[in-house]
Amino acid sequence: MSGQSVSLHAYLPFLIDGVWVTLQITFAAMALAVPVAFLLAAGRMSSWRVVRLAAGFVIELFRGTSAVVQLFWAFYVLPLFGITLSPMAAGILVLGLNEGSFFSEVVRASLKSIVVGQREACVALHLPRRYAFWRIILPQALPVMIPPFGNALVLMLKFTALVSLVTVQDLSFRADQIRTALGVSGEIYGVVLMIYFALALVLAGAVALLERQAARWAGRPVPALLPWLRAHASPVPRWALGR
Amino acid sequence: MPGDDRIAATGGRPPMVRMAGVSKAFDGRTVLDAVDFAVRAGEKVTLIGPSGSGKTTILRLAIGLTKPDAGLIEIDGRYLWHEIRAGQLVDAGERHARGVRRVVGMVFQQFNLFPHMTALQNVRDPTIQVLGLTRDEAESRAVELLTQVGLADHMAKRPAQLSGGQQQRVAIARALALRPKVMLFDEVTSALDPELVGEVLRVIRELAHATDMAMLLVTHEISFAEDIADRVLMFDAGRIVEDGPPAQVLKDPTHPRTRQFLRAIIER
Amino acid sequence: MSGFSWDWAYALSILPELLRGLMITVQATLLATAIALPLGLVLILIRVAGIPVVSRAVWFLIEFLRGTPFLIQLYFIFYVMPNYGVTLSPFTTGVIALGIYGAARAAELYRAGIEALPPGQWEACMVLGLPLPFVWRGVVMPQVVPVVTPMLGNLVIVMFKDSAVLSTITVLELVATAKDIGVMTFRYLEPLTLAGLLFWIVSYAAAHGVRHLEARHAGR
Repeated sequence: MSGQSVSLHAYLPFLIDGVWVTLQITFAAMALAVPVAFLLAAGRMSSWRVVRLAAGFVIELFRGTSAVVQLFWAFYVLPLFGITLSPMAAGILVLGLNEGSFFSEVVRASLKSIVVGQREACVALHLPRRYAFWRIILPQALPVMIPPFGNALVLMLKFTALVSLVTVQDLSFRADQIRTALGVSGEIYGVVLMIYFALALVLAGAVALLERQAARWAGRPVPALLPWLRAHASPVPRWALGR
Repeated sequence: MPGDDRIAATGGRPPMVRMAGVSKAFDGRTVLDAVDFAVRAGEKVTLIGPSGSGKTTILRLAIGLTKPDAGLIEIDGRYLWHEIRAGQLVDAGERHARGVRRVVGMVFQQFNLFPHMTALQNVRDPTIQVLGLTRDEAESRAVELLTQVGLADHMAKRPAQLSGGQQQRVAIARALALRPKVMLFDEVTSALDPELVGEVLRVIRELAHATDMAMLLVTHEISFAEDIADRVLMFDAGRIVEDGPPAQVLKDPTHPRTRQFLRAIIER
Repeated sequence: MSGFSWDWAYALSILPELLRGLMITVQATLLATAIALPLGLVLILIRVAGIPVVSRAVWFLIEFLRGTPFLIQLYFIFYVMPNYGVTLSPFTTGVIALGIYGAARAAELYRAGIEALPPGQWEACMVLGLPLPFVWRGVVMPQVVPVVTPMLGNLVIVMFKDSAVLSTITVLELVATAKDIGVMTFRYLEPLTLAGLLFWIVSYAAAHGVRHLEARHAGR
């Protein structure tokens, strides 16, 4: 970095480049997390005990230990076994597997949430199991998964900050560089927090649009736009607050 | 074999559904206690009794939604959960049961239509999947059945756009489309608003008089039961306590529990 | 570089140091929990109280804390506080940051708990004309607490795992200890694997406890 200017102009382009890296990692890790979640959920529901145990082990491994440890492990230990990943690849791998493990429980719960009656109707109509799953159960489970999927996406965005710890040049890493190289104080992190929050709002809004689309497709009532604004309503009636 | 007496007594055609010594418990609570009965081909049988007496479980057993703890279930001359190998009766698995129960259809209390499909798709698509009909055959069969239950104008609607009574009629058409030899009706009007009960009962009544399917109906509609049933089975605490023609069981019950139950229903 | 194969003697020799790190991790988690649970309750009560500007501001604060990375929140507090003359140890800073972050998440759980109450319950209280203190203490809380308790338990486990982030501001907790050992001895396999294992053991045991709690409430 050249120049000692501490004005926003000086470091903003550098930060914006970091935003792209952050978004890239978010989406790449999510692209890994979703199939991983479905695979693990399928594994947990398998009729083979071995498969159930294996899927359970992977989920437990990633849910039970800290993501920071997993990240360091991928960065420092995997190379010892001859697997050398770029910091970016290591970050995407760990975030994807970690979040995939969490999301697999959501997938499983969504599949289970399809009321018993729908499964029984499939049995009573003697529908082939494959058809029952792909055409009856899954189309109803997918819309149920979208709101938690939106949460997972925002979670992933926040999660990516950790990859700065293994030298990926994302938003967080660049903020750190600016602080040390330019001697600006910690306020830079305030700017970065606001950028993260703005990104989170945009992603949540995009998912809300997706949710409406899916509801229309599945023949369910279409939810109001931007549920995170709707959430401002108080769950307690006014009289119960003594007002 | 238990149940044979009953068949002999009612005479005529072979049994379509037969249960012998069937018991079932849920979480240690006995729901059915060594029940024997048989329903002949074409026979219309109504199951009555207080809730929790095992009526619904009988239907669920007959279509293989539930597996009995003990006893034999026979559908159209084949054992549901057993097969005979080298003269020996041995346990058979889910795959075997799937083949046997194919001739049974069921209509549920809560309709259980597929919400993401139109009425037409609900009736049409299972026939393509299960019977291997071509799309055209399936479609004309579905249209015919939906017209028969009075829904010709609602075929393109999704379940959420239909009233409860209309949904239940779609569900009946959906089950009929697979041409079952036995139809099971599980309290099909219990989830409906009172003014919608009539249209569903009318469809079933017409069906009962027009077809040669065996029918098992769990219902609390006593006059309806009287009208369409050849036989009424009164359940109490997991056993059949009374079994006879409606004129006898409903008008002149012999068992005190039946009298008690009918009085409670009428006073409701 | 060594470390292709697991060295039991070495693993055993570093275990005491790692356990010391684990103690710091556990302490930080518990202290942060002691901040998060009451602070979260205060936040959500202000949020639902419908006080014109304040409730809205608190709502924004909760959403902001929940919508941004804890790592950056920690950096912000760590590097900005000294500008205002507040100098705290990294450990204290970390505990406060984790406590605030946890409070925002706890607030959300309290809200979910209250929302899980069927509307009919409020309506029944109203038509019965029950006095407000009884509505809250006699009807609402007994139904909300059993729902929220296991969720809060899970939150504590999440905070336990998130506390690993404190390693970035030189708090010598479990992960920082493991990494330091790795740097000094050039053996990363054993310290990082053991750190993961220790995390797993504690969170597994805690999750078991939460499930027990859940089952006990469900049984009532």
